[in-house]
Amino acid sequence: MNAVTKKRKGMSSRGLAILFFLPFFILFCLFVLAPVVQSIFYSFTNYDLLNRMDFVGFNNYKQLFLNDEIFLLALKNTMIFACIAGPVSYIMSFVMAWVLNDLKGRTIFALAFYAPSITSGTAMGVIWLYFFSSDSYGLINNALMKLGLISSPILWSQDVELILPVCIFIQIWMGMGTGFLVFMAGLQNVNPELYEAGAIDGIKGRFAELFYITLPQMKPQLLFGAINTIAGSFGVFDIISSFAGFPTSNYAAHTLVAHVYDYAFVRYEMGYAAAVSVVLFLITFLFGKLVMFMLSSKDE
Amino acid sequence: MKVTKGLHLRLGRFHLTISASRVFVYLLVLLMVAFTALPLIYVISTAFKPLDELLRFPPIFFVRNPTLDNFRDLLFATSSSSVPFLRYVMNSVFVAAVTVFLTILVSSIGAYSLVKLDLPFKGLIFNVIVATLMFPTTLATIPNYMVINSLGLMNTYMSLIIPKVAGAFGFFFVKQFCDQLPDALLEAARLDGASEWKIFSRIVFPFMKPACSTLVVFTFISSWNDSFAPLVYITDDAMRTLPLALQSIGSGATLARAGAMAAATFLSTVPTIIIYTLMQRRVIATMAYSGIK
Repeated sequence: MNAVTKKRKGMSSRGLAILFFLPFFILFCLFVLAPVVQSIFYSFTNYDLLNRMDFVGFNNYKQLFLNDEIFLLALKNTMIFACIAGPVSYIMSFVMAWVLNDLKGRTIFALAFYAPSITSGTAMGVIWLYFFSSDSYGLINNALMKLGLISSPILWSQDVELILPVCIFIQIWMGMGTGFLVFMAGLQNVNPELYEAGAIDGIKGRFAELFYITLPQMKPQLLFGAINTIAGSFGVFDIISSFAGFPTSNYAAHTLVAHVYDYAFVRYEMGYAAAVSVVLFLITFLFGKLVMFMLSSKDE
Repeated sequence: MKVTKGLHLRLGRFHLTISASRVFVYLLVLLMVAFTALPLIYVISTAFKPLDELLRFPPIFFVRNPTLDNFRDLLFATSSSSVPFLRYVMNSVFVAAVTVFLTILVSSIGAYSLVKLDLPFKGLIFNVIVATLMFPTTLATIPNYMVINSLGLMNTYMSLIIPKVAGAFGFFFVKQFCDQLPDALLEAARLDGASEWKIFSRIVFPFMKPACSTLVVFTFISSWNDSFAPLVYITDDAMRTLPLALQSIGSGATLARAGAMAAATFLSTVPTIIIYTLMQRRVIATMAYSGIK
């Protein structure tokens, strides 16, 4: 694996590697890894911030799957959400990056496409409300009523049937920025000489270049984008709570992170909340492993 | 040369070939971008709305009678507070700049070590880092608070910086680009007797410019827009950052404050646009392979 193990003057190559890695490693352990390990530990306890903490084995997990219907609903909603919003936003952000990369004025286009990620927070909330307001002033309700398709305004953020689909739509609409930027950078890392070499081998045309050169070359970025999209779409909560409130009416768009939030910061049952986190992690990890298997760059 | 069907225009030095498929692509992109740009257009348009347009119900999207009143209101609203507004801006700039610098440095040398140097337990370390990326961060608040507290960092700029520096996201991102660095290049430099630090700064880092420029954008925006960390860790009013200052402008419940708020939201978006545009230009201008034969 490492062709260069020869001793260098002063420091061994291993010592140097550790020295380079150490700053990241220390901060990572303190602020990222420690909370994860702690959560896993708490998930086997009844920790509630106030009373003495007791070890309860797999009780929290049993409760989740046997007695908690809201959890099962959240699980279902999260799966639906992730399995639609994830792939759609992943593919669309790649296609946009690929198309924009060749256009004149791409900096401006790219800025416009990335805009939702820049103006996070209040401005975005206003835009959704502008479109999906549940009174007759909402842009979509207004248009549908003028066209005579509906007679009374649709309650986008309260109708149990509609909250989840609308939230999926908003997530796709607003959530493509990160993947897009990753792919833009990845496209710049493809060696242009490969296209010239490919042309000699008979790879011509934009789609042939895409499938035989660009995509294989971009595997590392495609993998990163996929993992990030999976983590983001399984961990969805912010968009839903700011659009439809918390909890959503009849738990129609209750997700696993909403469930974590509910138990941790409303009921202070940290142990139970930690167990929900661990279950969400295991599901996400399973899908993550699947795409790592599919997009592994080791076989090159 | 590519042969394209369609209209060929020639205006002085400019050659422009317009084909039907090209026009179609542009239209499609424009349509898409028109939707995604809406939040930004709204922020800009709102900053110039007079008070009656700001408070109108149902709300209007585009400004009709643009005015600079809101910026005057903002100046007035902030000049009356004990901490000058510029102080908040400088706090945010400082925190974001240091966070970006440390994140890039720590992630890129760490990723380089993991990919190309003789680091033990590579596979295990990488798997753990990727796994934490998939663990929900909802419950991390309390342990992070305890660490910051026990390090004695409460109410310091450091508390806003160091928890963000070693993220799994940034590390994994840079690592993926490092994977593409040809080994031959490094070996050649080692044979020439270059030190590891020189190899990193002269070869590895330039190669990862598209990655690092992109990570600058991600890191800057998340630091710049973060209102949660300063709320938790900072107690001294003079050390607060912009997002919190914005919230306190908005909470001064008088009607005139709505205008000041709109102007402040706009102004606080400007630096992110500048950083994004500068970095995106670098991504596109510095073709990673330009120096490599």
